Amino acid sequence: MVDVLIIGAGVIGCSVARALSRYRAHTVVLEKNHDVCEETSKANSGIVHAGYDAPPGTNKAKYNLRGSRMMAAFCEEHQIPYQNNGSLVLAFADEDLPKLEGLRAQGERNGVEGLRVIGAAEARRLEPNLNESVRGALHAPTGAIVDPFQLTIAQAEVAAVNGVAFIFDTAVRDIRGIPGGYAVDTDRGPYEAKAVVNCAGVHADELNNLVSSRKLSITPRKGEYCLFDKEVGKLVSRTIFQLPTAYGKGVLVTPTSEGNLLIGPTAYDVADKEDVATTPEGLEEVVMKAKKSIVQVPTGFVITAFAGLRATEKDGDFVIGEAPGAKRFFNAAGIESPGLSSAPAIGDDLARMVATALGLEPKAESPVARPPLVRFEPRSIEGKAALIAKDPAYGRIVCRCELVTSAEILDAIRRPLGATTLDGVKRRTRAGAGRCQAGFCSPRVMRILSEELHLDPLDIAKFDRRSTLLVGFDKEDL
Amino acid sequence: MEKRDIVIIGGGPAGLAAAVAAYDAGNRDILIFERDSVLGGILNQCIHNGFGLHVFKEELTGPEYAARYVGMVEDRRIEARLDTMVIDLTAERIVTTISEQDGLVQIEAQAIILAMGCRERPRGALNIPGARPAGIFSAGTAQRFVNIEGYMPGRDIVILGSGDIGLIMARRLTLEGAKVRMVCEIMPYSGGLKRNIVQCLDDYGIPLKLSHTVTKIHGRDRVEGVTVAAVDENRRPIPGSEEYVPCDTLLLSVGLIPENELTRKAGIAIHPKTQGAIVDESLSTSVPGIFAAGNVLHVHDLVDNVSEEAELAGRNAVAFVAGRAGGEDGVGVETGPGVRYTVPAAIHPGAATPLTTVRFRTDNVYKDAFLSVYLDGDRVQHLRKRILTPGEMETVVIPKKWFADRPALKKIRILVEKE
Repeated sequence: MVDVLIIGAGVIGCSVARALSRYRAHTVVLEKNHDVCEETSKANSGIVHAGYDAPPGTNKAKYNLRGSRMMAAFCEEHQIPYQNNGSLVLAFADEDLPKLEGLRAQGERNGVEGLRVIGAAEARRLEPNLNESVRGALHAPTGAIVDPFQLTIAQAEVAAVNGVAFIFDTAVRDIRGIPGGYAVDTDRGPYEAKAVVNCAGVHADELNNLVSSRKLSITPRKGEYCLFDKEVGKLVSRTIFQLPTAYGKGVLVTPTSEGNLLIGPTAYDVADKEDVATTPEGLEEVVMKAKKSIVQVPTGFVITAFAGLRATEKDGDFVIGEAPGAKRFFNAAGIESPGLSSAPAIGDDLARMVATALGLEPKAESPVARPPLVRFEPRSIEGKAALIAKDPAYGRIVCRCELVTSAEILDAIRRPLGATTLDGVKRRTRAGAGRCQAGFCSPRVMRILSEELHLDPLDIAKFDRRSTLLVGFDKEDL
Repeated sequence: MEKRDIVIIGGGPAGLAAAVAAYDAGNRDILIFERDSVLGGILNQCIHNGFGLHVFKEELTGPEYAARYVGMVEDRRIEARLDTMVIDLTAERIVTTISEQDGLVQIEAQAIILAMGCRERPRGALNIPGARPAGIFSAGTAQRFVNIEGYMPGRDIVILGSGDIGLIMARRLTLEGAKVRMVCEIMPYSGGLKRNIVQCLDDYGIPLKLSHTVTKIHGRDRVEGVTVAAVDENRRPIPGSEEYVPCDTLLLSVGLIPENELTRKAGIAIHPKTQGAIVDESLSTSVPGIFAAGNVLHVHDLVDNVSEEAELAGRNAVAFVAGRAGGEDGVGVETGPGVRYTVPAAIHPGAATPLTTVRFRTDNVYKDAFLSVYLDGDRVQHLRKRILTPGEMETVVIPKKWFADRPALKKIRILVEKE
C-alpha cells in the first residue's frame, strides 16, 4: 500500500505531486496518457489571471489571487517562461462602462492590486492596435502569461527528482474504500493507497462519485483557439479580454509566453469528454469575436488551431479538499479557468491537507531542483558560441523555425520523465511548435528518438502508442 | 572576423548554380553554407525524372540534376561548409553561422546570395477543423520519409492541394504500394503543372476533384477519415455535398512559402505577393550587395529556371564585388490586370543584359487571352495565349534595345488582355 495515489498528471496533479514531494511519503501519480500535460493543461490560454473575475469568497477567487501572487517567483525558481504583461478588459459600449467599475470593485474585494478603469484614448495608447470601437477598459497590471506546458512539466520533474513515482498509460477503472485506505483498480492492475488525490480533470466527477456522498457533475465545455506565427506576436503586448455582453462571453487576444499570438476560446458544452476536435463554426467565431478587439486579425498567419475542454462543475466553483463521506479521498475537481493560475496554490494546499490527514513529516533536507533547462535560441551571440564550445550538439539545428538544437532534443529525452514522443519533445523544447508545424523537424526528431531510446522508427508516435507516424516499409504491401 | 567576397546561403539548386556562375565570372573567393550534410537541397529527395530538359537537354532525376551541379562546384574547388546553419544576417552583410565542427562563426561578405529555398505551408494556414491525430503530413515530409528514409507514412491516402509535390507523391505512394483515393483542390484549377496531372494522376486513375476541400479530419490517435465537400465560387463548402472518405493519412500540398527569416532579419524589403525579396534586373534586393535567386525569391515550377535565375545572381554578385554596380534609376516593372507579381520589379537600363527575362504568374485561369507589354502608354507586345494558369510560370523577355530607343521611359507594364 502506497501512502498517496494522485490520479491525473495534468497541471493540478503535478502541482500536488510537487508539493507532496516535500514530505516523507511514498507518492505515486497515475496517468492514463503516455506523458504529463496531455489534456486540458496543454490546450488553454496560458494566462495567469489577475483575479477579478470570480465572486469574492469562492475557491476560484481565493486560489486565483494566491496563484497570481506566487507565480512570478515560482516560475523564476523552476525556470518556467512567464511574463507579467498585464491585461485589459475592453468595453465596447458606453452603457457597459459601469460594468468595468463593477469588475474593478470585485477585484479589489478579492485583493487584486493596481486595478484601474481607463478611457478609450489611454487604452489605445497602451495598445495601439485596439479597435476604434473600444469605449474604455479595466487595466490589471498583475495579469500575466505563462507557458502551460512548462508549468506542468517543471512540477512533474521536481516531483520525480524528489522521489514521486509516475506511472503512465494507466487508466483508473474503479475505486473503493478498504480498511486504512482505498483500492484503486486500473486497466494495468490494482493499487492500494492510504490516501487518494483526485486530479482527473473532466473525469474527476466520475471518480468522486464512486466514493463520496456529495455527487459532482462535470460538463466538458469546449474552448477553441487559433495560434499565430511569431511574425504577428507583437500585435498586442497585454492580454486583451472583452466584457461579457448580452451576445455572450468574449474571446481573448494575447501574446503567449513564447511570443506567438493566441486568440480564443469559444465556450460550448459538449457531450463527449474526449471531443477536442476544432469546428468550422468555432474557428470562425473566434476570428469574428477577436476582430472586435483589434484592428485586424492576421488570418494569413494562423499556424495551428486547437481545442481544450474545461471541467465545469454544476455549482460553478473549484471543489477542493476531502470529499464528504470519503475520508482521505481528496478532490481537486471542477478546475476550469482560473485553474492554471491557481495550480501551484491548489497543489500546496492539497499537499498540506493530505500530510495532516496521514501525519506525514516534512523532509529535513532541501528539495532537489530539476535539472537546468538550457535553451539556445534566446541567448546572445556570445552565449550561443559558449554553449557550442561546451557541447558541439548545440551547433546542430534540428527545428529551423524555433532554432532548437540537437543538444536540447537529447536533453528533453534524457531528463527525468523524459520525452518519448514527438509531442513530448515539442512541449519540452518547442521543436515542431513553429511556423512549419514540424514539417521540417519531425523526421529528424524521430531519428534522435529512435537512436536515443532504441526504438524502431515504426513505433515512434505523435503522443501515445496508438498514434504512430509510419506504417511500414516502402513496397511492403506490393 | 573572417572576410569573404561572396557568401551563398543555401547549397540547393539555386546556391550551386550561383556559385558556379560567380566562379566562371572570375571570382575565386566564394563560400557556400548548407545546413544539410550533403549539397543538392530538396533535389535529393525528388527521385522522379523530368529535371534538366532546358539546362542539360535531357531528362534527369532530381539527384542526378543535383549531382551535375555538385560536380561543377567540386571541379572548381568552391568551398562549401556542410552541416552549417546560418542563424543571422545583417544589412552590413555579416553572416552568423553555427555548426558542430566549427562552433559559432561570423563572416563579413562583400556580396551575399540568398538561396534558402522555400518551405511548405502547414495545416494551420488552411485552418482545417477536426481532430489532431497522427497521420497528417505535408507532401514534402512524406516524400522524405518514402524516398530518403524508406518508410511509408500511410497506406490509404487522401491528398489535399494539387501542388506539384502532392501530385508527384500521389504517383510515388501508389508505386510504393499505397492506395491514393483522391486529390482535392479547393480552386477550380490545379496548382500544379499539366504534365504532372497527366503523368501522376490520370495515368494511375487517381481522381482530381477540383473545387473540393477537406472540411474535417476524423480520428483521435491516427487519422481515420476526412470529410470532403464541394465549394462554391467563394471557396465556401456547399452544404449537403459532404462525403466521408475513410483514410489513414492526409497529405497536404497547399502551397510553398519562400523561407525568408534571414532576409527579414537583414531588413530587406519583402514583396507582399511572392513573400520573397523585391529585386531589380540584377536580382539585387533592397540592401545593396545582397542578391536573391530561386525559390527563396519566388516559387518556381522548374528547377531549370531556378538554375538560370541563380546564374544571373552569381554574375551580378561578382560585378558588385568588382565595383561595377551603377547608381542609375531603374525603370519599374508594374503588374496590370491578371498578373500577380513580376520578378524583377525594376530594370536598370544601363546594367541590363541584352535580354532581361521577367518571370511572373497570372492570378487566374485565362483562355484565349493576350499577354501584353506596355512601355509607358505604348503596347509593344501582344501575344496570343491559348491558356494562362497560375500553376505555370510565364515569362516575358525585355530587349535592352527598348531602353535605348526610349531614353525617357518611366515604366513597363505587363498585363493580361481579352483582346
